[in-house]
Amino acid sequence: MVQELTTQEARGVGASNGETNRRAMTFTPAVDIFETNKTTVIMADMPGVSADDVDVTLEHLVLTLRGKVKPYAPEGYRQLSSEYLIGDYVRVFTLSDEIDQAKINAEFKNGVLRLELPRAPETQPKKISVKAA
Amino acid sequence: MLQTVFSPLNTSDPFADMRRMQSAMSRLFGGGAVLGPSATYPAVNFWADQDSIVMTAELPGLTEKDIELTVKDTVLTIRGTYPQAKSGDDVVWHRRERPEGTFLRSVELPFRVNPEHIDARFENGVLTVEMQRPEDDKPKRIKIKTT
Repeated sequence: MVQELTTQEARGVGASNGETNRRAMTFTPAVDIFETNKTTVIMADMPGVSADDVDVTLEHLVLTLRGKVKPYAPEGYRQLSSEYLIGDYVRVFTLSDEIDQAKINAEFKNGVLRLELPRAPETQPKKISVKAA
Repeated sequence: MLQTVFSPLNTSDPFADMRRMQSAMSRLFGGGAVLGPSATYPAVNFWADQDSIVMTAELPGLTEKDIELTVKDTVLTIRGTYPQAKSGDDVVWHRRERPEGTFLRSVELPFRVNPEHIDARFENGVLTVEMQRPEDDKPKRIKIKTT
């Protein structure tokens, strides 16, 4: 199971991220989370971010996803209309199971981060044999 | 029509900006009624200079093969389908927020574009379409003669 943590930073879409020199916004990326037998998969939409600017950290059970957007507005053009805003992405989750950190698989393609988090063997159900006395 | 005023400093309504931009957009392009957010996908941004116009849209998770762009006169149409999400008996879903299904959107451009000179790129989930104004459609300066 994965539970979401609301940090000061990620609260409210479009909140300023505190950096004064950058007029950037921080958004909560849309995510899909599903679980198969031994793996939890998280997919997060971060359009406008390149693979090098994605940062995933796992500290104990707190998983933080970050993406720094490269502004892609064309130079020398004036903006006619804007239906969406461009900004960085942050989302924080707490995991309920210990993750096998060595086997985490992260992939970033077409603006989508895909994280495969295999559960550690010790948290997978184990059969305990009962010995007759 | 019911008018709601949003304070620009009020961040409690995350979609206030979006709605405002959307109505501004509809006004700009002479659109009629403002449609609900679900009716217009994807959201688009427009930039312009003298002779060209750039449109961007965020379509994360698609590839260039999943997007179909057509242009006729002053109408640009974007069509696409998101790949099917993983399914199976052993899959347990916890969250499903990412877009799915098929979308279609037509946008009215401020001027006629040359269909031979459209540059469309797709990078990191962002579609960028640059369109040029045809030579014969550019505004011409008219010389005023004195008698």
